[in-house]
Amino acid sequence: MGRIAGVFKGRSSTALIGFTVAGDPDKDTCVRIARALIHAGTDILELGVPFSDPVADGPTIQRAGDRALAAGTTPDTVFAIVRDVRGHSDVPIVLLTYFNTVFRRGIEKFYRDACAAGVDGILIADMPVEESGEVLVAAKKNAIDQILLVARTTSDERLRTIAANAGGFLYLVSVLGVTGARSGVPQAAFDLVRRAKAVTDLPVALGFGISTPDQVASCAAHGADGVIVGSAIVDLVEQNLKDHAMMLHRLEGYIASLRAALQEPSGER
Amino acid sequence: MWPAAGCDVGAKGRFGTYGGQYVSETLMSALLELEEAYSGIRNNPGFTRELDAYQRDYAGRPTPLTFCENASRELGCRLYLKREDLVHGGSHKLNNTLGQALLARQMGRKRLIAETGAGQHGVAAAIAGAVLGLPVEVYMGEADTQRQALNVFRMELMGATVIPVKSGTRTLKDAINEALRDWVENVQDTHYLIGSVVGPHPYPLMVRDFQSVIGRETREQVQKKEGRLPDAIVACVGGGSNAIGIFHPFLSDDVDLIGVEAAGKGIGTGEHSASLCAGEPGVLHGALSYLLQDRDGQVLPTHSIAAGLDYPGVGPEHAMLRDSTRVEYHTAVDHDVLEAFRFLSRMEGIIPALESAHAVAYVMKNADRFGRGDVVVINLSGRGDKDVAEVAKMQGCA
Repeated sequence: MGRIAGVFKGRSSTALIGFTVAGDPDKDTCVRIARALIHAGTDILELGVPFSDPVADGPTIQRAGDRALAAGTTPDTVFAIVRDVRGHSDVPIVLLTYFNTVFRRGIEKFYRDACAAGVDGILIADMPVEESGEVLVAAKKNAIDQILLVARTTSDERLRTIAANAGGFLYLVSVLGVTGARSGVPQAAFDLVRRAKAVTDLPVALGFGISTPDQVASCAAHGADGVIVGSAIVDLVEQNLKDHAMMLHRLEGYIASLRAALQEPSGER
Repeated sequence: MWPAAGCDVGAKGRFGTYGGQYVSETLMSALLELEEAYSGIRNNPGFTRELDAYQRDYAGRPTPLTFCENASRELGCRLYLKREDLVHGGSHKLNNTLGQALLARQMGRKRLIAETGAGQHGVAAAIAGAVLGLPVEVYMGEADTQRQALNVFRMELMGATVIPVKSGTRTLKDAINEALRDWVENVQDTHYLIGSVVGPHPYPLMVRDFQSVIGRETREQVQKKEGRLPDAIVACVGGGSNAIGIFHPFLSDDVDLIGVEAAGKGIGTGEHSASLCAGEPGVLHGALSYLLQDRDGQVLPTHSIAAGLDYPGVGPEHAMLRDSTRVEYHTAVDHDVLEAFRFLSRMEGIIPALESAHAVAYVMKNADRFGRGDVVVINLSGRGDKDVAEVAKMQGCA
């Protein structure tokens, strides 16, 4: 069983998936951020590979990507960060990337290098299942879970095709729009959890626009097996660029608050 | 009405290996719906009639094919201009925006969004939105809103909202990024009116079809005037819509097809926009095509004196035509483009858009290539009024 499946197997509480941009604000600080997230209770670490044109991302993650690129982050840097984190932890690591980064390195080489560094899953933001043929082959060959996105606009028929090809967990996009914290989780996101669960045994995780303890608790209450938090983490990084000790302290406190919200027994369940 | 034969799009929206649909899952339903709606109208006589009527009675088509007596004498060939500068709005862009806006209205979309570089597509989208009764929001790089302030005012006059884009390089590429982000947010009621033969399938196919009216008219007109097909057709290439529009009906003929990219300050300086001549295959804005990128696949900043060519990618059909060598792609540097801008103005009393002036510059620099009797057609994709203030500033006149 892969590390990702291991996280979901037999657990009663919802898994917490924490996202940060690899190389933000620089390589060494990013490693410390990743280790702080894990230390405070992140079940799966998701690392964004910075790209010049991140069309699926809102301003927060765009700025983080710009910081990482300005610090000289390349795919090699990203793999070095993964190796470093992997040296201290068995927490599953998922890369979130745009396709040109993979294509440019060579699909097979990207997956081979990812596997060698200790990556467990790869999600490509701008790759629908129709275009995934080659990457699915490379993923399988290198024992990497290809994580696929499902959107609220995804038809049931597409949902079945996506689920049949996906590995690890299904990443359900809770909003129509780009990444970034929002005031509430829409009912349509919970409807999507129900639709997805009806057609697949894969764990389903909700992401995009989720940031507060109340929001993660309500995702859990509506049956999500995992919840992905990204922009809120990146916000904390950005707010504390001048004081890294404070940054790590606040990140750990934030993750702990989400962790606590997920551990609490929920009356709605 | 539509070109039936020749190099058509293959399975999954591919031109050879190029093209495709590299978009986030949220947009897939909209693309599939658009694909279906477009294939429904592609050969529908009712739609064709309606679009033809708008092109004729509103846009002013067919546009003339003008013989340039003075420039022909100077350059030593028989030079013609296909006068897309005379299309309502001042460029070929309206050919596409009328087609897409009619389709969007038929699909029940309530709102149009568009990106623009030079402002020509934004203006054409604003025109189509105004006449067809759909609100339009135009994303435009902040740097371009300054270079093309007059076009911003024109769009606003016609009721469009212009949204300056402050992210990235603040030019066309970033305007497309923001338009895509808007579309993901509003996918259920909004049509994204892409202005060139770029983006995910079916855009490169659909925009090419709407622009092919340029080549179909040219074919008929040149045969009437010369009794034969031209020896060469020259067009500038940014995203490549005016070029593919005039090339496409000639792909199966013995006609030299020449695309001219922006070499900016020179290919060697790195400050250019020549994706086909200096880029490598990559994926940007939903399609696999030639792309200006670094070794890790980060998209590189670009430069051109012509805002409409200032783009690191190019339409996937051009990528295929480059590889097959059916179309030749060359470049023109800013300096030569300015010279061409002045040359055509003085010789023929026609001020070309700086974009179109790239095609003129190529013919001027390569006049040796053409014999006295050779018939050369330049696609004059737009008029240069929008560029006059900027050029005057460069000359120290304003």
